[in-house]
Amino acid sequence: MTESVKGKVPSRRAFLKGAVAAGGAVAGAGMVRAAEGDPLITEVQPWASGFGEGVDATPYGLPIRFESDVVRRNVEWLTADTISSINFTPIHALDGTITPQGCAFERHHSGAIELSKQDYRLMINGLVDTPLVFTYADLERFPRENHVYFCECAANTGMEWAGAQLNGAQFTHGMIHNMEYSGVPLRTLLEEAGLDPAGDLSDKWIYVEGADASSNGRSIPMDKALDDVLVAFKANGEALRKEHGYPVRLVVPGWEGNMWVKWLRRVEVMDGPVESREETSKYTDTLADGTSRKWTWEMDAKSVITSPSPQSPIPHGAGPLVITGLAWSGRGAIDRVDVSIDGGENWQTARLAKPGEAKALTRFYLDIEWDGSEMLLQSRAMDDTGYVQPTKEALREVRGENSIYHNNCIQTWLVTPNGEAENVEVS
Amino acid sequence: APALADGYGLGRAATADEIAAWDLDVMPDGTGLPEGSGSVSDGEDLFVEHCAVCHGDFAEGVGNWPALAGGEGSLADEDPVKTVGSYWPYLSTAWDYVHRSMPYGNAQILSADETYAIVAYILYSNYIVEDDFVLTKDNFLDVEMPNADGFIVDDRETAEAHFWDAEPCTENCKDEVEITMRATVLDVTPQDDAEEA
Repeated sequence: MTESVKGKVPSRRAFLKGAVAAGGAVAGAGMVRAAEGDPLITEVQPWASGFGEGVDATPYGLPIRFESDVVRRNVEWLTADTISSINFTPIHALDGTITPQGCAFERHHSGAIELSKQDYRLMINGLVDTPLVFTYADLERFPRENHVYFCECAANTGMEWAGAQLNGAQFTHGMIHNMEYSGVPLRTLLEEAGLDPAGDLSDKWIYVEGADASSNGRSIPMDKALDDVLVAFKANGEALRKEHGYPVRLVVPGWEGNMWVKWLRRVEVMDGPVESREETSKYTDTLADGTSRKWTWEMDAKSVITSPSPQSPIPHGAGPLVITGLAWSGRGAIDRVDVSIDGGENWQTARLAKPGEAKALTRFYLDIEWDGSEMLLQSRAMDDTGYVQPTKEALREVRGENSIYHNNCIQTWLVTPNGEAENVEVS
Repeated sequence: APALADGYGLGRAATADEIAAWDLDVMPDGTGLPEGSGSVSDGEDLFVEHCAVCHGDFAEGVGNWPALAGGEGSLADEDPVKTVGSYWPYLSTAWDYVHRSMPYGNAQILSADETYAIVAYILYSNYIVEDDFVLTKDNFLDVEMPNADGFIVDDRETAEAHFWDAEPCTENCKDEVEITMRATVLDVTPQDDAEEA
């Protein structure tokens, strides 16, 4: 994996050439012109005189052109093609916790299919009283719930197991999104079909699959299925995007993204797991001795500093600096995030923008007075089960370097005096 | 239908044909396997026709496309090679996945007999069966997969119990900090063309 790839990325170098003077201080236009007055203030600008766009110009809007770098990106060498592949959410440029759907990451195994509500069918079969078929319209008539959850690909940060490889939070941690879902509890639909033939539910499973060619079938234990799994048709207020499973997807809170089956077409109640391709060949985690863990469903507590970061350098030199990032846990709510600026020697507890919510992204901030010297930035999340996000070294001690999935290690960014940042590992 | 009376009365009963069309999954104990059979030699012809362009004539893989054979004994190596022969615990998975999701880009064209034949050829390519082998529903469970015992159920809560540490260190946690690896040395991150100029 030494091939260099090219794409459209905001140019750090151009940015720094244009903005940063020696020593990291910024010669801001406003400062230079303060004496004679800033023409942006002293001269009437066109937007303060003429017209802007009419309300009929944009029935459904996109971000303003100045934000064109806040987009999904892919890494060509990661996969054999772009159909069974991944792209990355621009988390380095976002704030808060809700991911805009239009730049929320995609992972498909046979591409993003187009399935209309009219053509949509959901089947429930197996150990049920009456195997059922629902139309999309049927689903909208069941009582609905709303929940915010993160969806993190099991392989998020997977390229970093053997070392620091990709230079940007988008690429190291961007296989994630966080949305507010509206949908029907899966429990409601299972009860509609009737679970009497399943008998004792404690050892029963469901098998879920999508309408696409890959099908992405996965086995889920019945207790999870009856707990908080949602059959969702809205995200962040509107219909799911095509690439996120329109018109219906499964939401499996806290669990690896692969299980969030898109274009959901069938749920089968079974007396055991199917051991499908996506839970044997893939989404199994090989340890150093060659044995592999299976059914590693939960996503453990994790965090990353999104700014400063390699794609979000410090533009302003020394002085007040906002360090911010995201934390999340599949086992519960984030209740603390620590930040280190010296590579883990010392830690300060960051401020959570609001109390952590179970199985959802949490935004943290640490406001510091930066003296302009080199920093080694790290964040360390803790969830309400008492779990503390481990270092990469601590994970490798247990798992080796070939487990591919579930890398929730502490990330280090080297920040240099000129404000640039780089993905590094430290002792 | 009376079963609907207890719920919301939404949806309708699925027909047997509808269930048969969509419920294709096969379990490790063979549940779900249809009647049928296929030989290694028939599988070779089908594999060359439908599969070899990506997976190679001998299931060894082409370019970045998955290898389905090889890698035996490599799972503890620095770079494990995970194939049907070296890694997959159950033959049922191979049958199920090929039948439902392959060939890539043209899935669900293979009959049950064709799927048995292709799976037989994949077994032969992994030296698990002889070249005169015929795979059938009846002898399916007789095939021993080399890595059948290679998996453990998620043990993080015990193997990683030490990560549940309510009081992590916050001061003077290390004597020194050294940078041991830098992503810019690899230089494999997508870049702007302007930056390369």
